[in-house]
Amino acid sequence: MTHTADSAPVVRIDDLAVSFATDAGPVRAVDGVSLDVRPGEVLAVVGESGSGKTVTAKAILGLLPATATTRGAVLVSARDGGATDVVSVSGSVLRQARGRDVAMVFQEPSSVLNPVYTVGWQIAEGLRAHGKLSRKAARARAVEVLGRVGIPDPAERVDYFPHQFSGGQKQRIVIAMALALDPGVIVADEPTTALDVTVQAEILDLLRDLRDTTGTGIVLITHNMGVVADMADRVAVMYQGQLVEQAPVGDLFARPQEQYTKALLAAVPKVGEGTARAEERAATRPEGWADGEPVVRATELTITYPGGFRQPGFTAVDAVSLDIRQGEVLGLVGESGSGKTTIARAMAGLQPVTGGSLEVLGTQMRGARSRDLRAMRPRLGFVFQDPATSFNPLLTIAECVAEPLVVHGRAASPAAARGRVDELLEAVQLPRSFGDRFPHELSGGQRQRASLARALALDPELLIADEPTSALDVSVQARVLELFAELQTELGFACLFVSHDLAVVDLVSDRIAVMYRGELVEQGTGAQVLGAPSEDYTRRLLASLPVPDPEIQARRRRER
Amino acid sequence: MAGEISEVGIAGAAPEHLSGRGAWFRRLPVVHQLRQSMGLQRGMLVAGLVLCAVFVVTAVFAPVLAPFTGSQLRTGDGTSFGAQQPPSAEHWLGTTVGGYDVLSRVIWGAQTALLVVIVAVAASIVVGVLLGLVSGYFGGALDRVLVVVADAIYAFPSLLLAILLAIVISGGQSSMWGGIMAAALSITVVFVPQYFRVTRAEVVRVKAEAFVDSARVLGTGHLRIMTRHVLRNSTRTLPLIVTLNASEAILTLAGLGFLGFGIEPTAAAEWGYDLQRSVADVTSGIWWTALFPGLAIVLAAMGMTLVGESLNDLADPRLRMRAASAEVAGDVAETSVPGTTKETEE
Repeated sequence: MTHTADSAPVVRIDDLAVSFATDAGPVRAVDGVSLDVRPGEVLAVVGESGSGKTVTAKAILGLLPATATTRGAVLVSARDGGATDVVSVSGSVLRQARGRDVAMVFQEPSSVLNPVYTVGWQIAEGLRAHGKLSRKAARARAVEVLGRVGIPDPAERVDYFPHQFSGGQKQRIVIAMALALDPGVIVADEPTTALDVTVQAEILDLLRDLRDTTGTGIVLITHNMGVVADMADRVAVMYQGQLVEQAPVGDLFARPQEQYTKALLAAVPKVGEGTARAEERAATRPEGWADGEPVVRATELTITYPGGFRQPGFTAVDAVSLDIRQGEVLGLVGESGSGKTTIARAMAGLQPVTGGSLEVLGTQMRGARSRDLRAMRPRLGFVFQDPATSFNPLLTIAECVAEPLVVHGRAASPAAARGRVDELLEAVQLPRSFGDRFPHELSGGQRQRASLARALALDPELLIADEPTSALDVSVQARVLELFAELQTELGFACLFVSHDLAVVDLVSDRIAVMYRGELVEQGTGAQVLGAPSEDYTRRLLASLPVPDPEIQARRRRER
Repeated sequence: MAGEISEVGIAGAAPEHLSGRGAWFRRLPVVHQLRQSMGLQRGMLVAGLVLCAVFVVTAVFAPVLAPFTGSQLRTGDGTSFGAQQPPSAEHWLGTTVGGYDVLSRVIWGAQTALLVVIVAVAASIVVGVLLGLVSGYFGGALDRVLVVVADAIYAFPSLLLAILLAIVISGGQSSMWGGIMAAALSITVVFVPQYFRVTRAEVVRVKAEAFVDSARVLGTGHLRIMTRHVLRNSTRTLPLIVTLNASEAILTLAGLGFLGFGIEPTAAAEWGYDLQRSVADVTSGIWWTALFPGLAIVLAAMGMTLVGESLNDLADPRLRMRAASAEVAGDVAETSVPGTTKETEE
């Protein structure tokens, strides 16, 4: 928005520093950050977790917890020209400024809305907190903003409760609440992270549209470079509490100045990168490989979760047929609730199969009892989504990795298995000394590598990876994916790689299968599925995925 | 419980490094909390610990501290103490209506109380945790039956249940250990449902954690999962209940004694019994027979409650007080650097 570049900023952050009192002494989260946001401008603040971007955003609204100590100034200007220094003013002045001058859109819409009140009441509550407004007027305003954020039939739905809306609609309502008092700036903290890609695209369109019509400034906190490329006018990169680089979006992507920014951009996976590699691998397969006995064969696989009293069960997976051949990586993509994780869990014997047939490593999983699975278990490894919870917090990393060896009698005790454990840790590029640490003393990426070491401990023929990188930062994700690809080439295990991120799946898979509402809509090589999708849903998925390149993204937006 | 990192600090709080000399000492349960605490919370914890220490020391060294045994009525040369004697050089806290020395009864009473608390808490932990583990882990019909039974026991007034059990177990016995076991076990029955429910709730939660799934994928046996993965992660809150229950055990014991279902005065000294015998004295101006056993009950129960409550607060990062940093201080935490330093791997 060039026409606003010379107008006064709506938010000016001046040398902001925030530290938190913790058990281990004070920790500095933000260190001397200066930023400003002009009206009608979208400022994206990017950085990995722990970089201080959310703390900065919360400081704009004065939402920091009591353990925080703040220095510097955060000046928020009101529409009438006055300005409030959020850091130093009293609680009542701050309450006046919130909502009126600056509003917030949170990450998780379902936990932001109070489930026992109607959405209209919740929007009106904010209005009535800022001046005397009749019940009728407040309601009229609520209907108006609901209409503005694209809720169909707002006059009627203003009386609906939050659970009657879908996730994307809930986020729209949260945005409506932020808009109700027409604030000069909206702080959006990861507004689309909890949403599926197709919904994300709609919400981003809405935010852009609102910026254009109301002229409000937006501070967009995100770790998704695709969203940044799609939305931002200007980008501020944060790292370890400091502002590393600040530049207009085009310049930042085209000519990043700082080493950190370059590394961050290089780590972002892009759709199409893995296709060449997959083709290369396919070419080296021996003759007759495709006709060999597959490691996993699912035919008309159906999985139903039992319903409650007088309620029908929920079919999570509906007549899915797929094969995984020896040494092949099958990427399974889909939105949340599409049944991809259920398939992964069924293959590991964690979820009973209710219909069709699922053969894993020659064992029929339908109706299998734990005794039948015993022979198959050592030949299968599983990597869980969240490395923080998949380790027993009371055991050291070495003990955790040794667990499969001890359980299957390959070693008498965790201590006896230490030699093999050290080998495994080295294979995943962790120093041996990390074996003596406890899981909470490792970073997310290190933990996920240890998790990979545990899954590979018994040299499995099949590895099931359930969203192994979705809890990790982009930069860390890149390293874990690289390691995964290396190990896969070296050890030649077959793999089911579940992810919601098309770009990630493309990077590691030989073939890609797309799930939608429990059904398998399309499968084929990366070139087939991503290059020339035959199904409407796949096409929509690809179109919604923001590309981390502002120019291409702007062109795609025009075409849509 | 070492290394609890609060939500806000998770960005950078480095793992608390406990190494060097005395590290094991600083990591001990209560010592760790004491170091962690501050302000009013520290005051409460220290006061509670001091009261508990006095209670335990008194109980352990009762034979050395008490001038007479609990059931002694005469001095060594055969002269009777005399009933309801006011405090004097001979009897510092006077004598009771039955002719016992009050000071000796109070000191020996601490020993009885401590034994009952230990036996009651130990027995209820073993039974409650075991039942909770099995019930929560396997679920199904057994689980439902046990939960209903636990709820049914909750529905009874606990003292009534304890009286019933005291009658059933001791059947009018009067030996010291018979009385102590009867009192302790009747308290156990009241406590078991608490340990059962807390353990079961934790087990049900832990059972759904990814690391238990991960053990199941490996084909780990039920017994190994239960002991190695589930049990050890489900017992965090138990120390808190133990301290709170210990004070309740003292009160229940005193209640039983007061109602006449406790331990015979000739077998062992017991505060509740003494208090009951002194009811009539209060109206006739004889204050020393009621005051000291009553004070002993209050202080012992209060000490344990204070420890329990402050440990409870300290275990919760949201309730724990911390020193506010006056200046914006502290170092920025290390996070990973892609490409440039290839993650921090020392």
